[in-house]
Amino acid sequence: MMPGGFSCTSNGRIVLRLDEVERILLLSLCGQMVEMVAPEPADPDADPLASAIGIDSAAVRPDDPVLMRLFPDAYSDDPDAANEFRRFTERDLRQTKFDHARGVQECLERSGSKLVLSVALAPSWMGFLNDVRLALGVRIGIDDDFHDEVLDLDEDDPRMAMVGVYDWLTYLQDSLVQIMLP
Amino acid sequence: MSIAPAELEQTTEAVSPDRPWVTIVWNDPVNLMSYVTYVFMTYFNYDRAKAESLMLDVHERGRAVVSSGSREAMERDVNAMHGHGLWATLQKDE
Repeated sequence: MMPGGFSCTSNGRIVLRLDEVERILLLSLCGQMVEMVAPEPADPDADPLASAIGIDSAAVRPDDPVLMRLFPDAYSDDPDAANEFRRFTERDLRQTKFDHARGVQECLERSGSKLVLSVALAPSWMGFLNDVRLALGVRIGIDDDFHDEVLDLDEDDPRMAMVGVYDWLTYLQDSLVQIMLP
Repeated sequence: MSIAPAELEQTTEAVSPDRPWVTIVWNDPVNLMSYVTYVFMTYFNYDRAKAESLMLDVHERGRAVVSSGSREAMERDVNAMHGHGLWATLQKDE
């Protein structure tokens, strides 16, 4: 991965230089995120009024720990309230994350090695990079001591490649946050 | 959280007695300290000092109360935090 994250030019544009491997990697991550968070197609038997205002009566607590991290319980000690909240909010939350990933995907598709970002698209990029890092963090098993444990990982451990990607995404996200901090 | 910005000394708890529900943001090992500060500043309109203070509470104490108010308002805040990828819950103020 090339060093160098987002930078801000003197005329206020946000720029990211990517080589082709990095661009394709980000596009692949966009595709996976789009697939993972896409709102379920509306149930034809569902109450059309409920569907219209974003209520998903089929939304249930996910088994996948990645989805559980992206769509956490809103009540830690009240499962009924947590499930009720999920039915009212998960569809819109999925749409938000889906829109972030699609926004980044479209941005990558229309740019080459030099990506110029409008300020309006920055929140989508930050949200997307954060969602991917959350997902990778669960898959890799990142905890507070992880970076000490990485030193002990075997070179052939498949998590090593994921750690490299994770660290690069962390660097990218932080460089954009530093530009966007008010 | 990772990557520490400048340290702050004071702590801030956004609670008042007539507001019975609170939004709590919990520490996790992935969210960046800079990003959490950015979210607190842009969503809650907190100034830099307050946002960083709350972020450090999350990081060092494991959690922080970031807003308080009606149950409906706290559900909106929790939903917004989940939209930004922060781990948040609401509960009755203790």
